[in-house]
Amino acid sequence: MAAVAEFDSVGLRYGTGAEVLRDLDFRLRAGAFYFLTGASGAGKTSLLKLLYLAQRPTRGRIRLFGEELTEAPREAMPPFRRRIGVVFQDFRLIRHLSALDNVALPLRVAGAREEDIEGPVREMLAWVGLADRASARPPTLSGGEQQRVAIARAVINRPELLVADEPTGNVDAEMANRLMGLFTALNRLGTTVVVATHDMSLIEATAGAQLIRLDNGTIDDPAGALRTPSRPARGDG
Amino acid sequence: MLGWLFVSPPERRLLGASSRRAPTPWVIAIMTFTIMLIAATGLALANTASVLSSAIEARFALEVPGGGAKLDQLSAMVRSSPGVTTIEAVSEQDMRRTLERWLGSAAASRDLPVPALINFDVSPGTDIKPIETRARTIEPASRIVSHRDSVAPLLRSLTLLQVVAFGLVLLLSAAAAAAVVLAARGALDTHRFTIEVMHGIGATDLQVTHLFQRKIAIDAFIGSIAGGAAAAIVLLLLAGGAAFAGELTGGATLGAWDFLILALLPLALTALATWVARMAVLRALRDAL
Repeated sequence: MAAVAEFDSVGLRYGTGAEVLRDLDFRLRAGAFYFLTGASGAGKTSLLKLLYLAQRPTRGRIRLFGEELTEAPREAMPPFRRRIGVVFQDFRLIRHLSALDNVALPLRVAGAREEDIEGPVREMLAWVGLADRASARPPTLSGGEQQRVAIARAVINRPELLVADEPTGNVDAEMANRLMGLFTALNRLGTTVVVATHDMSLIEATAGAQLIRLDNGTIDDPAGALRTPSRPARGDG
Repeated sequence: MLGWLFVSPPERRLLGASSRRAPTPWVIAIMTFTIMLIAATGLALANTASVLSSAIEARFALEVPGGGAKLDQLSAMVRSSPGVTTIEAVSEQDMRRTLERWLGSAAASRDLPVPALINFDVSPGTDIKPIETRARTIEPASRIVSHRDSVAPLLRSLTLLQVVAFGLVLLLSAAAAAAVVLAARGALDTHRFTIEVMHGIGATDLQVTHLFQRKIAIDAFIGSIAGGAAAAIVLLLLAGGAAFAGELTGGATLGAWDFLILALLPLALTALATWVARMAVLRALRDAL
């Protein structure tokens, strides 16, 4: 199956500090569902940043959607970023925009016509249970509501790759299941999903999902299940 | 080309509430006001110099010392000389009467040597030398004085003042541009989070730049129009004084072209501010991933 993302000996360090990610060799299959787990500080958020092109690796190579992007010029990034939906741990909603305008932002950035925006956005807000909060601004929303607006914004464009950092951290169990249901539905439609979480119950409840364990900046994958087929597993000689 | 200026209301909301309280429009208004007054002064000086210069360009005076006994003969000679268009003889008595205003009865004293004068204009290209040569055969002590040479220091001062005015206009425009760069950087800092989010969801640098470019263009337009209007009022109030000055300088005032240039200054300043903001924002965004 085609790969959405391929990491080849990728390392990442911030400034002159130690590497927070080391020797990452893995591929994410198109249409698969992944959970990314690991202790705090293991490098989950850094790995997600590489995936949603907010960070460049300090070594190694990254291919996304079949394109080598490691040293691609910054002007080349926007079209790829539009194919990725991101749910940030801290939501990253624009405070002075309504929930509706926040969710509509990816459509507007992609150049959608105004008349084609409001309908789908209201539909998406209804899906995450916020139909009556469309005109509310983030500071007036609860943490859970902000989380749902952030998720609606991430998926409004039907991204090919959805990256979510602790997306259910601020919602109750019922809403968490509902949001995971949305991710699963998107996954069935072909979106590759990567969810970083500590919540084992979510992982257990999602059939067919694959686990990526990060341990101290490296991927714990002794069986080589995540590696590129043509590359031997580390330590295989 | 100006599509970035006309965006939907939701896109207008991306940078938050209106920035009318921000200092940019005020700074631009003050700069425009000052630039317009300086430019008007420079243009008036240029017109004054032009009027003065054209009035004296072809004017000469034949000085006839010693009472001007041969004034009539000299006048006839000058009048008959080729190229002479107008002639006005001023006798020694007339000169003394004129001096009387300042010197009183001393002007009539024979101890004060006062020449008679023959003022005359010539057509362009006329050679003055033959006239002076003939004048000396009639009155050896006579000499021709060019009005242009007499007024040259004044004209040089006027030219220098025009250069100073032009320099000040450039300097203030540069200061306005620097203020816009600071405003753009301030706006970028204020909206850093919004920019990060927009980049994160695939906005291009140009899309982000257009937001700031539009905001600063509107601020600059409001400021420059307000400053321009205030300068226009001041110039109108000074119009009476300018007319008086015009009397002194032979009617030099601001012409239609001058007013057109002054009217275009606020628009030029808006265009400059918009371009500077665009460049400043694009350069700052280049530092992001």
